[in-house]
Amino acid sequence: MKIKLSFWRVVFLVIMALGLYSTYVRYVHGLGAATNMTDQFPWGFWIGFDCLCGVMLAAGGFCIVGAVYLFNVQSLRSVMRPAILTAFLGYLLFIVGLLFDLGRPWFIWHQLIYMNPHSVMFEVGMCVMTYTTVLFFEFLPNVFERLNWKTPIKWIHKIYPILIVAGILLSTLHQSSLGSLYLIMPTKLHPFWYSPALPFFFFGSAVAVGLAMTIFESTQSAKALGRHLELSVLVRLGGALLVALWVNALLRFEDYVRRGVLRQIVKPSYEAYFLWLELALSFVIPIALLSFKKVRLSPKGLYLASIISLFGFITNRLNVSLIGFETYVGHHYVPKWTEFSVTLMIVAMGFFLFAVAVKYLPIFPREEAEEEPVATSSAVLQSVSPVLEHAGD
Amino acid sequence: MSKALLYDSTICIGCKQCEQACATQNKLPYNDSIAAEEQQSAHKFTAVLTREDKFMRRLCMHCEHPTCASVCPVGAFHKTAEGPVVYDVWKCIGCRYCMAACPFNQPKYEWGSLNPRVRKCIMCPDRIAAGKQTACAEICPTGATKFGERDDLIKEAQERIRQNPSTYVNRIYGLREVGGTCVLIISGMRVEEFGYPASAKIGDTPLPEYTGRVMDRVPDFIPVWSLVLGGIYWISHRRNEVAAAEAEEKKNGGAR
Repeated sequence: MKIKLSFWRVVFLVIMALGLYSTYVRYVHGLGAATNMTDQFPWGFWIGFDCLCGVMLAAGGFCIVGAVYLFNVQSLRSVMRPAILTAFLGYLLFIVGLLFDLGRPWFIWHQLIYMNPHSVMFEVGMCVMTYTTVLFFEFLPNVFERLNWKTPIKWIHKIYPILIVAGILLSTLHQSSLGSLYLIMPTKLHPFWYSPALPFFFFGSAVAVGLAMTIFESTQSAKALGRHLELSVLVRLGGALLVALWVNALLRFEDYVRRGVLRQIVKPSYEAYFLWLELALSFVIPIALLSFKKVRLSPKGLYLASIISLFGFITNRLNVSLIGFETYVGHHYVPKWTEFSVTLMIVAMGFFLFAVAVKYLPIFPREEAEEEPVATSSAVLQSVSPVLEHAGD
Repeated sequence: MSKALLYDSTICIGCKQCEQACATQNKLPYNDSIAAEEQQSAHKFTAVLTREDKFMRRLCMHCEHPTCASVCPVGAFHKTAEGPVVYDVWKCIGCRYCMAACPFNQPKYEWGSLNPRVRKCIMCPDRIAAGKQTACAEICPTGATKFGERDDLIKEAQERIRQNPSTYVNRIYGLREVGGTCVLIISGMRVEEFGYPASAKIGDTPLPEYTGRVMDRVPDFIPVWSLVLGGIYWISHRRNEVAAAEAEEKKNGGAR
């Protein structure tokens, strides 16, 4: 572990150094110098990856909170805190990404005073602000427990129902509104991706990604922390992921049939290659894998299937935001290295902060808590322990 | 009534005086090399394009239902009563949604600037407010760009096409495209050959309606979805409470 860590430390430092240089280019020489965006391609990799994928990858927070509190799936409680942490970090980093991409980031607060409720971007902005606040409060108990502050935990516990409902409501709005952004570009976005159902697709895929991301991050952190992994939790998530993938795939298929583009899809073309890649990674391969009981019951299989589907949905977001515009614009857009470098820096910061948080905060239940679920470190958990005992009823 | 510009490419001689007048009006640099640029940019709001002996002007269309105004999260664009679609730079946060969404790709960006602005033709709102024509219409030596009331200009365009049907493509571009625009174009060549989006493709429906259909539902969706989520939460919470209470009773009963 020590050797591995030092290798990753070097990688991390290189990424940070390059990222800082790119940050310098961005803020001292402007967007034109730091990116390959043009008047024809005003939205680039930072919108496509940092914003669209960033928010999507943060969906685990509301998925797991919803499963635990609304649908009473108590077995998922052990992965709820890491999922909330991932979501919180995801949103913070998404905002960092936004500060790079906005031309005048110092006026970002204008959203609060010059409101235009007709704008989807306004909805996106408001959701980002409010949901990040909600996530902050959902995350706070970790800090309070660490500091052993009892009273604030009680306060948070009192407003928990509001936080939960608000969090899921805002996520529904936010995830779908990122798809709605593109509804106003029917002439620009390629028919493979433009659909009146875009908001539904964005929300539906966010749910699948939330589940896949939770499998990914709990496996990954179990490996890194040398923790024991609860197979029952993963199996449950894997089953839900399979259902979510099927629902998404059927919705997409139905949409293609209804809009009559099925024939175009089968014909080879530049867009078709990217669509095939997307569909293979997000649906065909993971669904095929998860259909085997053997895979569904093996941590490695579940890990593999979720990673493949994550790449699939990342491809989907990049297709919607970048590839889908190339034919309209008439030329390709390839991000500049500084664009990649900033994104890498932000992602690396995410991994770093996750590792720090896991190390210093009670994110994962302590190992000894296993035999005695009531005695987990969480005070919130303790207060609902009577509930826990009878979760199986 | 809203003001408009009628551009008749058949009488345009490609002198580019409109480009120069526009640059002067908007305090932009203008010289031979900028004149030679065959595309619009942050420093060239209007461009006269040349194909052999044919010319075509490009400029902001000043839509009746402007997409840029609809998508801007901070309302930095608005359409004035006189017709121009104008931009309030002090509101802009630089998200560039206007650029991504505009069906005519008119908003351009100052990519090299550290405090970049979105730039486009704003149809000389100060001149119009002062009762004058736009700078481009005033300077035009042949009347190819004509300023006036939109309704009058539509009638005039129809009349010109009626009198010389062989000269013109039988269509006023901008009459109905994306709900109508304040720049109207008649020409001998299809405007699509100069980069204008095809009428059939952009359609007659104002683009803001596409997002409006979704955005209009948000105010209803929020309370309904909150109630549903809150209800489910309450039910599952209550069930757990009841189960816990029952178990407690059982335990107590067993102890007695």
